[in-house]
Amino acid sequence: MYFDSFHALLTMNGHGIYVWPAYLLTIFVILAVLIAPMRRSNRLLVQLAGEIRRTESATVSDVKGQR
Amino acid sequence: MWTFFHKLGSPPWLYAIAGAILRWLVPLTLAALVGGMVWGLLFTAPDFRQGNSYRIIYIHVPAAVVALAAYYVMAIAGAVSLIWRIKMADVAMKAAAPVGAALTFIALFTGALWGKPTWGTWWVWDARITSMLILLFLYLGVVALYESFDNKEAAGKACAVLTLVGMVNIPIIYKSVDWWYSLHQPASIKFTGESTIDASMLYPLMLMIAAFYALFTCCLLMNMRAELLQRESRTAWVRKLANKEGRR
Repeated sequence: MYFDSFHALLTMNGHGIYVWPAYLLTIFVILAVLIAPMRRSNRLLVQLAGEIRRTESATVSDVKGQR
Repeated sequence: MWTFFHKLGSPPWLYAIAGAILRWLVPLTLAALVGGMVWGLLFTAPDFRQGNSYRIIYIHVPAAVVALAAYYVMAIAGAVSLIWRIKMADVAMKAAAPVGAALTFIALFTGALWGKPTWGTWWVWDARITSMLILLFLYLGVVALYESFDNKEAAGKACAVLTLVGMVNIPIIYKSVDWWYSLHQPASIKFTGESTIDASMLYPLMLMIAAFYALFTCCLLMNMRAELLQRESRTAWVRKLANKEGRR
C-alpha cells in the first residue's frame, strides 16, 4: 500500500477532499443505475401477478355464482 | 447465422439470454470495479506533478470513454430502428440513454473535483467540457422526449432522429482538445505510438475502462429486460413469468 497510515489515506496531502467525494459519488451513481432497472422489473412482475390473481379469482367467483 | 438474427428479434429469447449473461457479468463487473478502485486509490504512487488528486483519473477517464461509446450504441440502435423498423433496436436505444446520462454526469462531476486542485477552478467553458455538457443534455433530451409522447412508435422515431442529429457532437468531443488549446489536456493513451502514462498507472486505468464497459453492458441489458417486460406485459410468456416470479 502506498499510504503509511489511515489518516494519510483520508487526507491524501490535502487532496482527499477532492478524491473521496469523486469516488463516493461515482459509487452512488453506479449503484443507482444498477438497482433502478432491477426494481422496475420486479415491480412490473409483482403488479402483473396481482392482476392475474384478481382476474382468476373473479372468474372463479363468476362460476360459483352461476351454480 | 440468420437464425441468430431471427432469434434476436424474439423478446422471450432475448430476455432469457440477457438474463444468462447478467448472471455472471454483474458479479464480474462489481469485482472489477472494486478491484480497480482499490488499486487506483491504495496501490499506485501519486503523480509527480499533480500529487494525489490524479487518482480521480481512474473514474473520470473510464466514465468519459464509455459515455462516448454509449452514444455510438444509442445512435446505431436509433439508425437501425429508423431504417429497418426493428423493435429491439428501439428498445436498445431507449435503454442506453439513461446509462449514458449517468456516465456523462460522473465524468463531468469528477472532472470538476479534479479541476479545482489542478487548474484552480471547478469549471471552465472550454471546448471539451462544454461539448461533454451538450452530450449530457442529448442523453437527457432522449429520455425526456421519449416520455413526452403517448404514442411510443412516434416517440421512438423522434428520439432516433434526435440521436442521429446529436452525432455531430461526437467528433467535436474527440477533437476538442486538439483543435482548441485549453486547460483540458490531450489524451495520454494512444492506440498508435507511445502512451504518455507510466505502466504502473496504465494497468489499473485499463482495468477500470474495461470495468466501465462491462457496467454499461450490464445496465443496457437490465434496462432492455425491464422495457421488454413492460412492452410485452400482455403476452403469454410475460404472464407466465409473472406467475412464477411475481408471487411472493
